[in-house]
Amino acid sequence: MRIWDWDYAFEILPEIISALWVTITATIVGFGLALVLGLIWTLLIRSDSKGVSAIAGGIVTFVRNTPILVQLFFIFYVFPEFGVSLEPFVAGVIGLGLHYSTYLSEVFRSGIESVDPGQWEVATALNFTKRKTWTRIILPQAFPPVLPVIGNYFITMFKETPLLSAITLVEILQTAKNIGAGTFRYTEPFTIVGILFLALSYPASLLLRNLENRISERYQ
Amino acid sequence: MNFWEVIISLLGQGLWITLLTTILSAILALVLGFAGGLMRLSRNKIIRFIVGIYVEVFRGTSLLVQLFWIYYVLPMFGITLSAVTAAVLAIGLNYGAYTSEVVRSGIQSVDEGQIEATIALNMTKVQRMRRVIIPQAFILMLPNLGNQLIELFKSTSLVALITLTDLTYQADVLNATTLQTTQIYTALLVIYFVIAWPMTKGMKVLERKLTEGRM
Repeated sequence: MRIWDWDYAFEILPEIISALWVTITATIVGFGLALVLGLIWTLLIRSDSKGVSAIAGGIVTFVRNTPILVQLFFIFYVFPEFGVSLEPFVAGVIGLGLHYSTYLSEVFRSGIESVDPGQWEVATALNFTKRKTWTRIILPQAFPPVLPVIGNYFITMFKETPLLSAITLVEILQTAKNIGAGTFRYTEPFTIVGILFLALSYPASLLLRNLENRISERYQ
Repeated sequence: MNFWEVIISLLGQGLWITLLTTILSAILALVLGFAGGLMRLSRNKIIRFIVGIYVEVFRGTSLLVQLFWIYYVLPMFGITLSAVTAAVLAIGLNYGAYTSEVVRSGIQSVDEGQIEATIALNMTKVQRMRRVIIPQAFILMLPNLGNQLIELFKSTSLVALITLTDLTYQADVLNATTLQTTQIYTALLVIYFVIAWPMTKGMKVLERKLTEGRM
């Protein structure tokens, strides 16, 4: 048996690439959820009410300090016990979104704290409402400096999507595994998956480094 | 089984493997990280290039893919590893790549004057690294290294997917036999949290102790 069979590799390539769609959709939807939830955590933690702040902080700490795989199992296997049965894709996206929202909330916090305190005073002086202060003054300045960090988490999350195969979502790793189980050849499918991840995430990280340099030129 | 019995049963069966995998792969990652980080600062282009490839490949592909590759593909090349070895190797290599970047940037952020001082004192290159640069760089690296250790600990749950009998795997087995799904997975989350959270806190304390009066 040859170590690497090109014919076989090309034969299975289309099937793996078509599964890439699931991986990419899960990443994008999961990340959207993570951004929204992350911002909500940050705002709740900054809330004036001590109770709200403590509960949100507690949830974030708990989620951050437990493995995402176990969280996925929890969402996929425990929620149905309470009558909430979720599709693997939905459970996976919720798991990814929830887990990464806790990291992003930390990023948002540091972004908000890096906004000059004078900006808050300006908002007060101009008689801006709380809502306007956030949407017009604070957030537009808090986001750009942390954009590269946010981008990094996007790439990290993309690389975590194979975990969704553990809750039976057929994304690229599971597709490769299924192909391997059928032909008893794992070398080509798993290697192709590795190369696909590298081919997508490496250029993305180079782009990000470029963005980071441009942003640091502007803001420092 | 009540909740406590579930916890005790999980701890009795899976905790040791989880901790063993964490400790061994953390050691491997630290060794690889320091070796890789120093080699990336080498003057030799070829060494830098080779380490660069190692770092980009392991950071650019996913840990689970690496784990499967090492466990399922290496046997095709005649290298059959036990689940523990495959797990330690995959996690160690993956986190080693990330750690090498932490080490590199830590060393690079030590003040330039320190290097000039070692030259003025006529220290050898080895002395310079060992006595002056690394002790200072290590303190700069500590927060990142601490974070990585916690990430590494959490990622050991993936080894259940290559049939290594860690906490997560045992939870799966227990779930199949008792069907007390809610209790089992809640217990599992609590166990991981009770280990990871003090680790997070402990790293912060260590960081404060070591930086006292220095920064």
